[in-house]
Amino acid sequence: MRAAAVHTWFMVGRQARNLMREPIWIVLLLVQPMIWLLLYGQLFKRVTHLPGGGFGTTSYIEFLAPAIVIMNAFFGATWSGMAMVSDLDRDVIPRFLATPVSRVSLVVSQIVRSALTALIQGIVILLVSLALGVRVHAGVLGWVVVLLAAMLMNSAFAGISQGLALLTRKEATMIAIANFIGLPLFFLSSTLISFRQMPHWMRELGKFNPVNWGVVAAREVVLPGADWGSVGLHLALLAALTVATAGFATWTFRVYQRQL
Amino acid sequence: MDAIVAEGLEKRYQDVQALAGLSFSVRAGEVFGLLGPNGAGKSTTVKVLTTLTTPDRGRAEVAGHNVVREADAVRRSIGYVPQSSGVDRDATGRENLMLQGHVQGMSGAKLKARVQHLLELFGLADAADRVVRGYSGGMKRRLDVGLGLVHGPQVLFLDEPTTGLDPEARAAMWDELAVLAREELLTILLTTHYLEEADALTHRLAIVSRGRVVVEGTAEELKGSLEGEAVVVELADGAVEDAAAVVRAVAEVREVSTDGRLLRSRVANGARAVPTILAALDGRGIAVESVTMHRPSLDDVYLHYTGRDFRSEDEAGGGGEE
Repeated sequence: MRAAAVHTWFMVGRQARNLMREPIWIVLLLVQPMIWLLLYGQLFKRVTHLPGGGFGTTSYIEFLAPAIVIMNAFFGATWSGMAMVSDLDRDVIPRFLATPVSRVSLVVSQIVRSALTALIQGIVILLVSLALGVRVHAGVLGWVVVLLAAMLMNSAFAGISQGLALLTRKEATMIAIANFIGLPLFFLSSTLISFRQMPHWMRELGKFNPVNWGVVAAREVVLPGADWGSVGLHLALLAALTVATAGFATWTFRVYQRQL
Repeated sequence: MDAIVAEGLEKRYQDVQALAGLSFSVRAGEVFGLLGPNGAGKSTTVKVLTTLTTPDRGRAEVAGHNVVREADAVRRSIGYVPQSSGVDRDATGRENLMLQGHVQGMSGAKLKARVQHLLELFGLADAADRVVRGYSGGMKRRLDVGLGLVHGPQVLFLDEPTTGLDPEARAAMWDELAVLAREELLTILLTTHYLEEADALTHRLAIVSRGRVVVEGTAEELKGSLEGEAVVVELADGAVEDAAAVVRAVAEVREVSTDGRLLRSRVANGARAVPTILAALDGRGIAVESVTMHRPSLDDVYLHYTGRDFRSEDEAGGGGEE
């Protein structure tokens, strides 16, 4: 157990160093969420006045900002397996497997690296949102909840992405699957528009959509009058999903080892 | 003492029997070569010995530890240089070495000093803090070997150490490995499908074919086990099969094989046999371009023990292992 923690630390260190060596990536990856936030936020700012409402605020950008943090964490996660595919292709993983390194650390470090990226990007998106006049009504605790939701959102899907990387070992397949599951989950969530504006069936489906769990938790604490029970419930659901998908990723790693 | 013992190893991947009762042993301090074409079972053998995979049957010990039951002890005693590099290309040479040391349980000043020593040993001191992506093929391969050596292992496994290197880098790598074997008191097991490499580097070698060791010994012993000389006749035109039939009929000649316009054979006494062979070919009106005679090479050893030509086997092989 101790070895697993120490080795995960070293492996995350490796990933973090490589990431920081080209910080340009963190910035480039932020372009997309910024476009959503700035353009979409302006283009649709009147939707909060639609009859039926359900937005909980009249400021569309305040409604949108926490959801964009989650959306960014989600889409980032669907790509997280790419680093694993490249490590497998280049024999980096087999080299480590011939050492006493903790096997779990090889998978978990990838998920942690992915979640840290989501954290850094989440902070940047929140800061830009502040500049655009968004207020996190729950204060410091609100910040913690939004960023925690982003990290859990990311870890949960990073686990799936790592598992797929270990099972398919092909970038093309990974991209196809990422697109196949990414967009439907995104549009079946209340990221862009309130649930009350959606058809009934979408609303029902959305309850089971993990992306929506993250969006609800983050939005509750940004908008006034947070329902802490709902926040706790949705964070707990995300945490449970993270544990499950990390288990899935570890299992696929064993499958990969058996094929060696 | 034996640093590596493999006894009756068997391993099956779906419909491919990668190892079919493979056995050999390597003495401590020896440079040992596993020689064979792609798909012969060399890489699978290395995977079993480095604990990456487990054999279906058979037993193997490395540095005195059982590879299945004492996998962690084996992992602490070995260095492994995989076929396709294995370095983190986005990190610097020094970072790669430090991380490898950390997962082997090293730390602090001792690790730093060891890393610096290896960087200098492999001529990478100037490039130590540059990202590996910018290294040449030879530098990357030297770093690979360095990674395998960080923790001062007893046994080093090199899977195809010079595949993909240009001839110059390959020669340099051979020199490095020769120095290592002398100075680091290591047992080295390397796999190769270059006959010259096995000849130049190893003290002893085993020829692997279809998942089994067909013969084991020093290069000289193996060559010596083939009596006589090899005669290679180059034909002027393409009637190779007719010519092979003619040469086979000559009394002194054994093991006739063809390769393009070349006709290889082995004879007890070249000086006596060559005129007879030429006369027989001439009698059938088959024109000869040139004739050469040489002492048996590892090519001939391979042909003798497997009944197959090394090069054609290599082209036909592949698939199975990767």
